[in-house]
Amino acid sequence: MTDSTPRLECQSADAAPRIVLLGRWGAAELGQRGQWQQVQRLLAGTDADAAWDLTQMAWLDHLGAQLLWRHWQGQWPVQLHASAAQRAMLQRVAQFADTAAAPAAPYYFGRTVEKFGTLILAALVHGRDVLLLVGQLWLDALRLLRAPHKGPWRDFSGHLFNMGATALPITALVGFLIGVVLAYLMALQLRQFGAEAFIVNILGISLIRELGPLLAAILVAGRSGSAITAQIGVMRVTEELDAMQVMGISHGFRLVLPRAMALALAMPLVSLWTTLAALMGGIVASDLVMDISPAYFWQALPGAVQVSNLWLASVKAMVFGIWIALIGCHWGLRVKPNTQSLGAGTTASVVTSITMVIVVDAIFAIAFKDVGF
Amino acid sequence: MAANAETMIDIDHLWSIFGQGEQAFAVHQDLCLQVQRGEMLSIVGGSGTGKTVLLRQILGLLTPGKGRVATLGRPAAELCREGASARVGMLFQHGALYSAFNVLDNIAFALREQGGLPDAVVREAAMIKLQMVGLKPEHASRNPADLSGGMIKRVALARALIMDPPLLLLDEPTAGLDPTSSDEFCALLRQLHAELGLTVVMVTHDLDTLFALSTRVAVLAEKRVLVSGTAQEVAQFEHPFTTTFFQGERGRRAMAPAPHTAD
Repeated sequence: MTDSTPRLECQSADAAPRIVLLGRWGAAELGQRGQWQQVQRLLAGTDADAAWDLTQMAWLDHLGAQLLWRHWQGQWPVQLHASAAQRAMLQRVAQFADTAAAPAAPYYFGRTVEKFGTLILAALVHGRDVLLLVGQLWLDALRLLRAPHKGPWRDFSGHLFNMGATALPITALVGFLIGVVLAYLMALQLRQFGAEAFIVNILGISLIRELGPLLAAILVAGRSGSAITAQIGVMRVTEELDAMQVMGISHGFRLVLPRAMALALAMPLVSLWTTLAALMGGIVASDLVMDISPAYFWQALPGAVQVSNLWLASVKAMVFGIWIALIGCHWGLRVKPNTQSLGAGTTASVVTSITMVIVVDAIFAIAFKDVGF
Repeated sequence: MAANAETMIDIDHLWSIFGQGEQAFAVHQDLCLQVQRGEMLSIVGGSGTGKTVLLRQILGLLTPGKGRVATLGRPAAELCREGASARVGMLFQHGALYSAFNVLDNIAFALREQGGLPDAVVREAAMIKLQMVGLKPEHASRNPADLSGGMIKRVALARALIMDPPLLLLDEPTAGLDPTSSDEFCALLRQLHAELGLTVVMVTHDLDTLFALSTRVAVLAEKRVLVSGTAQEVAQFEHPFTTTFFQGERGRRAMAPAPHTAD
């Protein structure tokens, strides 16, 4: 036990028992594990109507005063020796201690129903907001067409670099590896039928038409979708969005439009790049496992895959890009000025944009089932 | 709890340097400052003279370019280790409330993190601090995003005070408060100073607060402490900054009642 430990001595030598408090009765000391219980035990053993002597304490702060006041059950003891400062502190604690915080509202079944209803309404609101965002994007695009020299071109080129150019290494790596994996997987199956030459058809169609754009879109959604939400969300937290609005600068025109344009242009290019990297991986792996030479692969590819597949993939990638930008902006603009909402918005943005990419991909697969075969 | 001559903050030939290479510039050059236990020191200076930077140096949030900063007898870098909230309280300029917590949890945070106290005690302690700074019990469940600027300041002060730390650093405590709140704030700080022997270091532009509270004023200019002394002494100092700051219209207005309020 050190000198600063809060403790007390009961002196009952003479007629009136006297409780002398010693040590530091402060938040730092009382807050240590076990100390609170220890002090409670000491206090419990004291005589109810003894004289209290606070003058020898090394330190008394509000928490110590609170502890004493609670022990005295909100009553001043009959005999109290304390300095004016200690009395003032006890007085303040006494004044404020009895107001409890408002209790949490009790549970009732209706709240669950209400919550469910709110959830449905929130989903509808999201739908409406996205619709508004799409409409606003059209209007902003028209405005840009009418006065192209006033467009946010610097923002556009910055986003194009950040979302497109800097995504190239990671998309190439992932694409290449997926190409290798697919080729190995297919080689096993094709060899059973002696149909190794069809690796060109399988890889060609699946990578160019489906996997290239999809992989690129999922990677870009994770990279740029989250970045868009976080950028715009932080602008909400720091009131930059309000400042823009006050200056009469439209959020749609300066924030959403350049991002959507940048991704609309960057996504087809990144998708093409990913496809090429995946084909490279496929070619390397085919050469290694099945002795299909790269020269043969290149020669057979145009015959196996129609050019329309490439167009389809590019248009698809462009739609992916616009959706990723719109969903990122949607969640970013909805962020409330606190850190939790920022985190939740970013998560929601990535999850919805990846889901949306796959939904759109399915729609394309069904709508264009007769094209390119 | 009497004010004995114990050095709480010792800043020795401090250089604060920002930027790298050729763009580097010093905000403080050979700045020396000492704060004794029980002092209420106001730091004043023009914009960009490094007042907030000085507070951050004292807290160990920045690393000195050269020189030494010792807070509570230890190097400042060691201050913000575990249990720092019992040693020092800081009121940040913009509050820096945890936006994920409501007001009561913000105030109670440091006490609750200690882990040794029952939750009811922690809540009551936070409620006491909440009301001490002039907030109402019904504000306890609000979120920081729903508070006004003045209320954010009060909550931040209550949070800084939760452990009753012996050293309190305040960055523009009364900016954004209305005059009545400012006066209440000064009264509260003076009471706490008397009862707990707090040492307070504050950055302020508010001359009323400065004259009402500070036992000493330090003027930052020319990258160092230009002069330090009582408010009256500093006001008489001949320098373009102190002359305009204290002898301007605002300064004269604030100084006029000073002999009565300063005790």
